[in-house]
Amino acid sequence: MSERQIQLEVLRYNPETDSEPRYQTYSVPCMNEWVVLDALNYVKDNLDPTLSYRWSCHMAVCGSCGMMINGEPKLACKAFIHEYTDQVRVEPMANFPIERDLVTSVEDFIAKLACVKPYLIPKSDQPVSAGAFQQSPAELKKFKQYTLCINCMLCYAACPQYGLVPEFLGPAAISMAHRYNQDSRDGGRDQRQEVIASDEGVWECSFVGACSEVCPKHVDPAGALQQVKVASTLDWYKEHLMPWMKK
Amino acid sequence: MNKPYVRPLSKTSWFLTQPRYKRYMLREVTCLFIFAYTFLLIWGLKRLSEGPDAFQGFLNALHSPWSVLFNLAVLIAAVYHSTTWFNVTPQAMPIQRGEEFVPGNIIIGAHYAVWAVVSLIILIIGIRGM
Repeated sequence: MSERQIQLEVLRYNPETDSEPRYQTYSVPCMNEWVVLDALNYVKDNLDPTLSYRWSCHMAVCGSCGMMINGEPKLACKAFIHEYTDQVRVEPMANFPIERDLVTSVEDFIAKLACVKPYLIPKSDQPVSAGAFQQSPAELKKFKQYTLCINCMLCYAACPQYGLVPEFLGPAAISMAHRYNQDSRDGGRDQRQEVIASDEGVWECSFVGACSEVCPKHVDPAGALQQVKVASTLDWYKEHLMPWMKK
Repeated sequence: MNKPYVRPLSKTSWFLTQPRYKRYMLREVTCLFIFAYTFLLIWGLKRLSEGPDAFQGFLNALHSPWSVLFNLAVLIAAVYHSTTWFNVTPQAMPIQRGEEFVPGNIIIGAHYAVWAVVSLIILIIGIRGM
């Protein structure tokens, strides 16, 4: 097992003492098979117990350890040391306010996710005795990739539109709305449409595509948003040019 | 203590921070060339409406080096604009056949094929009209 000395440059911010963030460099002896999260844990355990960051599963499932690594939104548990030079810069996720060190405020995202009603809204009430809602493999495949979202918010850190217009609902929330809209068991599209087809919704997206490029679970939020645009445009045409088509 | 720090983001130079943002801006800027070209076409229509002599003057002006350079720049921009959009069509318009999705390169390829056929038709019409 080879070891390498890495200069880990971390953006730090202490709300009690700092007026703005500052960089602090730690010299970390890293094993080649380590990820950046291991290096941060080494700092926390051996060099500086005051360093704050979020993490949990260490296996790209919980979505907690999102941060900017050399300017790129990454999960620290999925960013392998051997892919970097001896100098690695770690910053909190871009476009989010910094709470402390690498910890960002996530309230805005949580509120946006909640407002798109990311849950099944059945077309009609059905008694339990009627049994399960049936779904074919093809119907499942239609939306399955979107279910892989782990709410890590890297897509928001990558999205310049979210940085410039913080009101934008953003990639993950709209993708999650699209996921339920595409579900054959769901009947809640009209309710979600009011939010996602608004000015702060999908029309704020200009298809930079960065969200899909950085997604650690290959969800393709950019694709979902373009599909929502197409569907919303068809809605408009149906409403204005073919009013008799209205439900 | 809760005192979140919001990092400033430049409204005018944010796209310089990432190569992928620069590529995005390059794609967006190509529309200005296409915008400019529509003015050239409208100008041509205006000259056409003013009679044969005026239109001949317009056609002669198209042969100037500046015009050739402008047309070449628009062509490059239009090709870049079109190809970048063609390449993202599978994301915007996925087609599901049975359980599986049609591979993206077939959707992209279909766009190129239609582009080639339409270009060929326009070329034939252009040559016949000459």
